[in-house]
Amino acid sequence: MQIITSIKNNLSDTMVMSGRCMRHAFRSMDTLITVIATPIFIMLMFVYVFGGAIDTGSINYINFVVPGIVIMCIATGTGYSSMRLNNDMTKGIIDRFRSMPIAKSSILAAHVLTSVVFNAFSVLVVMLSALLMGFRTQTGIIEWLVVIGILLLFTLALTWISMMFGLLANSVEGAVGYSYLFLILIFLSSAFVPIKSMHGIVRTFAEYQPMTPIIESIRSLLTGVSVGNSALIATLWCSGMLVASYIAAMQIYKHKLG
Amino acid sequence: MIGTDIAISVSGIEKSYKNLKVLKKINVTVQKGSIFALLGSNGSGKTTMIKILTTLLKPDKGNAQICGFDVVRQSDQVRGKISLTGQSAAVDEILTGRENLRIIGKLRHLSDANNKTDELLEQFHLIDAADRRVATYSGGMRRKLDLAMSLIGTPSVVFLDEPTTGLDPQGRISMWEIIRDLSHSGVTVFLTTQYLDEADHLADQIAILNEGKIVAEGTAAELKKMIPHGHIELGFRDEKEVELARDLLDEYNASLDEEHQTLTIATDGSLKQMTNILNRLENGGIPVAVFSQKLPTLEDVFLTIIGKNKGKGHDA
Ligand SMILES: Nc1ncnc2c1ncn2[C@@H]1O[C@H](COP(=O)(O)OP(=O)(O)OP(=O)(O)O)[C@@H](O)[C@H]1O
Ligand SMILES: [Mg+2]
Repeated sequence: MQIITSIKNNLSDTMVMSGRCMRHAFRSMDTLITVIATPIFIMLMFVYVFGGAIDTGSINYINFVVPGIVIMCIATGTGYSSMRLNNDMTKGIIDRFRSMPIAKSSILAAHVLTSVVFNAFSVLVVMLSALLMGFRTQTGIIEWLVVIGILLLFTLALTWISMMFGLLANSVEGAVGYSYLFLILIFLSSAFVPIKSMHGIVRTFAEYQPMTPIIESIRSLLTGVSVGNSALIATLWCSGMLVASYIAAMQIYKHKLG
Repeated sequence: MIGTDIAISVSGIEKSYKNLKVLKKINVTVQKGSIFALLGSNGSGKTTMIKILTTLLKPDKGNAQICGFDVVRQSDQVRGKISLTGQSAAVDEILTGRENLRIIGKLRHLSDANNKTDELLEQFHLIDAADRRVATYSGGMRRKLDLAMSLIGTPSVVFLDEPTTGLDPQGRISMWEIIRDLSHSGVTVFLTTQYLDEADHLADQIAILNEGKIVAEGTAAELKKMIPHGHIELGFRDEKEVELARDLLDEYNASLDEEHQTLTIATDGSLKQMTNILNRLENGGIPVAVFSQKLPTLEDVFLTIIGKNKGKGHDA
């Protein structure tokens, strides 16, 4: 009986905290603009300005660029997850929560849940805009499910990395800093130009860094090209990042909440 | 040790940050339903003490109980009994006042969180602003909302860290009324303040904290007996007159400020003493150019009590 009450309270605390956190995410104009409008703007630029000059073989440029844009959207989106958690951990409100008899896990759980929901929403909006700009697929249900699976795994991995930095950083600026690293990785991958067209060390780097297989696998699945082993490599990269950052973030969280 | 009428009992609490000793062997007992004020200047350790009692910080030594529960070993039970209104307002700026209250009510698992929210909004005169984002609230409104959020779960012991700092005189008085009402309804209040008059007006029991030690403790009346009744300042026309005046008033230990030609004399506040001083100058033919009386400030209390304390330390 006591266990049931405790589980009920735990769930209820997590839901209340998540409600609060979602309001933070969806009420922030700044977040909506940066996370959703920026990728759409970059997509417009690449499709209508630079795209014509990039040789993507038989694939339409818009179809080529969508996976990279979506990944970029998630990277900036989780940057804001990190910022929200950091805000909560460094402002007076955390002392109020900590002095109340609430489930300890509920604060972090709420931020993770909000991050996943917000990113799913922004990816959806970005995909719909892509559709308006001419993005088309010949993909079956199975392929779509695999794409959603990879995107979800990537979102979870980046969310837990963002939680780790949000907990570690002393300021909001520090908390978002890591997400720029992912943006650089995305620009140095096959997101906007085919790897074939790169040279020397940049090409080698692009081939072996995690963003390339993640983007390649989604692109192949969406354009009906054979996926090869890129889906497997993408899954391994994402799972590795997820497990490592989950363990680290939980450790830091427990230490911080004492 | 723990009687049923004791809300907070603290014994031998010590706390350091790295090499800095912030609290040194603190002992405190607070009766249920009373108002306790911890009076101290910046950096004396007030917030650290509150953090230990509200389970946010573990003491290095000693122990503390709230309603009989140990703050370290039974922190969950303690959290069920208390509420904290910290030094910086713990309100959510992105949410409205109403949402802030409801969230805390739901986290306290109240079945009537919404009704309780409306009651508190009414009580704290925040109804008109209830559906506005807190980012648009004034400092005083935030403070009020902050306190309302602390009261939504009907806690037994309320901790208030400098509840009136930054409020205007009116806001301060209404905060005092709220705190008194709380105490009348049986809630125990533990507050910190930098203001002597605040402790004087509100508290049943006052402890003065200085550099991490409690240097004096008692009711306001008891403490006042230990402190001077302020001082008077006498201004003269020139250096010669001020020196003559000092010689005349030798027995009052007047301190001389040659640059401004003034004498400062600690008084016992009696009219008789004041008349004596003025008469003596009158009879000596030295006119007083400026006269002013200064009420005791927290600084006077500190200086006196800390001075005495140092003396004691020296003897021992
Ligand atoms: N986290 C910390 N790390 C290191 N030193 C700290 C920390 N928190 C407080 N201190 C130091 O401990 C001392 C007491 O701080 P505390 O905040 O308890 O004082 P206070 O009486 O509340 O002061 P104020 O009136 O300014 O709020 C100060 O010297 C402060 O610099
Ligand atoms: Mg303080």
